Amino acid sequence: MEILSLLGDGMLVAIQPLNLMLILVGVTLGLFIGAMPGLGSVNGVAILLPVTFLVPPGSAIIFLAAIYYGAMYGGAISSITLGIPGASTAVATTFDGRPLAMMGKARLALVAAAVGSFVGGTVSNILFTGFAPLLATVALSFGPPEIFALMLLAFATFVGLGGDDIAKTVFSICFGLVLATVGFDQISGAPRLVLFDLNGFLGGISFLVLAIGVYGIGEMLWTIESTRGEITKTDADISARGILEDVGESARKGWKGMSIGSFLGFFVGVLPAAGATPASLMSYAITKMSSRRPEEFGKGHVGGVAAPEAGNNSASTGSMLPMLTLGIPGSPTTAILLGGMVIWGLTPGPRLFVDQADFVWGLIGSFYVSNAFALLVNLSFIPLFIWVLRMPFTTLAPLIFVLSVVGGYAAMQDMFDIWLLLVFGFGAFFLRKFDYPLAPAVLAIVLGPIAEPTLRQSLLLSSGDPMIFFSRPISAPIMVVAIILIVMPAFKYLRPRRKRAAR
Amino acid sequence: MRVGEIVTAGVLALLSIYFMYKASANGIGYAVGTGPQGGFWPFWLACGMLASTGVIAFNWVRRASAASRSDEPVLDSHGIKTMVFVGGGIIGFVALIDIVSMYGAVAIFLLYYLKLLGRHSWRLTLPMVFLFPLVLFFFFEGLMQITMPTGLSFTDPVYNVLYDIIY
Amino acid sequence: MNILKSMALGIAALTISAPAAMAEWQPRKPIDFVIMAGPGGGADRIARFIQSVAEKKKLTRRPLIPNNKGGGSGAESLIWLNSTNDPDHTILVTLNSFFTTPIRQPDLGIDIQTFTPIAMMGVDPFALWVHSDSGIETFEQWLEAVRAADGEYVTGGTGTGQEDSIVFAYLDNAFELKTKYIPFDGGGAVAAALAGQQIMATVNNPSEARGFYDSGDLRPLLVFSDEQMDVYPGIPTLKEKGKDFSYYNQRAIVGAPGMSDEAAAYYQKLFEEIYNSEEWQGYLETEAMSPLWMEPDEQRAYWEVQVQTHSDLLARIN
Repeated sequence: MEILSLLGDGMLVAIQPLNLMLILVGVTLGLFIGAMPGLGSVNGVAILLPVTFLVPPGSAIIFLAAIYYGAMYGGAISSITLGIPGASTAVATTFDGRPLAMMGKARLALVAAAVGSFVGGTVSNILFTGFAPLLATVALSFGPPEIFALMLLAFATFVGLGGDDIAKTVFSICFGLVLATVGFDQISGAPRLVLFDLNGFLGGISFLVLAIGVYGIGEMLWTIESTRGEITKTDADISARGILEDVGESARKGWKGMSIGSFLGFFVGVLPAAGATPASLMSYAITKMSSRRPEEFGKGHVGGVAAPEAGNNSASTGSMLPMLTLGIPGSPTTAILLGGMVIWGLTPGPRLFVDQADFVWGLIGSFYVSNAFALLVNLSFIPLFIWVLRMPFTTLAPLIFVLSVVGGYAAMQDMFDIWLLLVFGFGAFFLRKFDYPLAPAVLAIVLGPIAEPTLRQSLLLSSGDPMIFFSRPISAPIMVVAIILIVMPAFKYLRPRRKRAAR
Repeated sequence: MRVGEIVTAGVLALLSIYFMYKASANGIGYAVGTGPQGGFWPFWLACGMLASTGVIAFNWVRRASAASRSDEPVLDSHGIKTMVFVGGGIIGFVALIDIVSMYGAVAIFLLYYLKLLGRHSWRLTLPMVFLFPLVLFFFFEGLMQITMPTGLSFTDPVYNVLYDIIY
Repeated sequence: MNILKSMALGIAALTISAPAAMAEWQPRKPIDFVIMAGPGGGADRIARFIQSVAEKKKLTRRPLIPNNKGGGSGAESLIWLNSTNDPDHTILVTLNSFFTTPIRQPDLGIDIQTFTPIAMMGVDPFALWVHSDSGIETFEQWLEAVRAADGEYVTGGTGTGQEDSIVFAYLDNAFELKTKYIPFDGGGAVAAALAGQQIMATVNNPSEARGFYDSGDLRPLLVFSDEQMDVYPGIPTLKEKGKDFSYYNQRAIVGAPGMSDEAAAYYQKLFEEIYNSEEWQGYLETEAMSPLWMEPDEQRAYWEVQVQTHSDLLARIN
């Protein structure tokens, strides 16, 4: 009960007038930072550090939580309105969010994303409050073999997400995984696949360069070319009543996706190194698999927006756990937070929950409050985002190109990466014409850098014996499920043919 | 499209072979006692890419994919125009960044796109051309503290003033 | 017509400020504060701490903007500094990979003596850690355990050629041990892998293992400093075990090659001020680092010694 009283204190502190104002400013700021392609919570939190000297440390933490939550909500906005996933966590949101926007239902998609995020954030906060120390122990028992098994499971779930052409889907996955290996080999430290011996490749190929190139440039060029400039504009009205109706509809159609996303997202997020991207992806895929009408996904299903958003929000909260209790930053954002905590004189580690209980629960308390305000602020800005979508396409298109280039530069700080972004953009335009699905490549470039090192670490541990994956109590069942999921579509693919052959 | 499909597959196959060649420099074997070497993972995945292009080519022969049945050109005259004017505009935009700074290039690109391609009125174009880069500047440099390229040194006076405002 | 107006103003400002600029150099634009490692590690925390001190005391006219470029044991950041077109606004937070990476990868064409010395902020010692549940309490017991495991003893660190692997290579050599070394991506992940008993021993900076030391999960067996450390009373040094070896991670700031003397003088003064601040001295203490101030000339001499030492150590690994 001591926890609850500390948590209550944290929430009470958060609703003091100064702090409440900081929350509103932080959430709004975070929302726009997250909505900007290329920028995410990491940038928002980075600008916080200097601010911590202007306000009391308690308020600084609250401000930070508000920016963190705002940015998590904002990620979905560029996925839906611009079609560019501004962060890897929002890739799955484009699968159904973009089709909904193209059908003129952008408002519904935005509302479903907001509601999904809220549910994910709330569930994860409750789980965090109840089980944090217990989960920290579980997280420590995940070594390289377990994380690899989990990545394989994530791959398994998205084999089914590609297009109809299996060869092209496989190509896309492999391509993304190979691009992810460019730069340096983490295990030996040697340079690897430095393409054309250009030094710019030594830094590796960032997810953002590929994603902004594919969606911000390639997809846009394809849209302009294939629609001959005649884009269907959204005709959604922007009344408060319409938004409320959409809240109801999102809850009705998306509750299943939201529940799956909230719980799954939290558990995946808690594991060090896994993070919110596989969480949102697996939430999407499992929601699709468990649906009675899986064929509706990818064409504008509300659950397909709500599930990944609930998943990534829940996982982002979950990823605070290894940072606080183990001192391992699961994401760049939590890494900066970790630095901030050191400056505030706190030592992340197992003792933090005991020695600095008021800090921990104050932080969680402000998560609850920020989450609620993020929902309200997000809903109230939806008319603005719809207004953006109503712009004539000849105005919106150049703005998207500009935001892609400026946002790409802001994230990478290197002109080399901007040229690479253009190469990917033009390449994606042609591949799109020939029906190559590119989402698998974009996701593979996020998961590859987790999967490969953990595979090799595991094999180093076992002196090269692959049975290590099947002999450990946690990795073995995950591996078996993953392999079944990978093999299943192949059977489905073969069976009708055999029938045909038999006839 | 039919020709395009096989040419694309061919180009991608060459790319896969190049990746395999590059990866082989790091050792592609499975060393006893330590597991795969540095080039193992990218090499065999690039092999997967190559194999997929093989299947794509096989489907092309069987005319199994949509693109391999289509006789439409990859880019018709409208498509070529789009590529030249829109695609070329973006390339020009990026090329200008190192000369007239990020914000200068944004302004020129917006002027080009809104006025020449979009045929918008000056009343819409001019405010966009001047205000949008300024808004971006204050958002990125002022708020986010992210510096963008300032181009050649002739832009320095402008940036000295702007930096004095925000810092 | 905002731009035209500010351009006119700018030209006016330039003509006025030009003589002043000659008198004392000041940064004109935000300073690119490159970090030779990824987010979350020791170097990153130091950079962000320095940034906040500079911000708090309003020491710079333009902000320091941290920029993580950790790829390839810091090779990415060295290339970044080497090829910058604005050396007066580009500085780097270094660790020992500043020495080792150019030795290990001569193809990069990096000559560290072309870089501009700015400040040595301190050195970070290393300790040998095991999990408390392992039952190992002394270095001698550890040696026995490693020998008994016969090549199956698993250690972990941040990568072959990195600081910790150099220390392990030295131990392997000096005591004729055989261990299995697993690379992870950062000091925090290494400490957690040991806490979760995925690996059996690590060599880590005190700051990275501190949380687990406080909770009693991890136990130091040996420190690689010249003298015993106050934070770990009674833990022997390797020198006391009869081997003349100590090893520290440098926490230094260097400028890009080609930085003007005026700019270098400015940064040297700036970092001297930060070094002498109460905040930094307090940070050195809580993170168990040793203060070690050096003038620019001494730094160059120090670089030369370090390059030689690391060449010898690396030769032993291969």
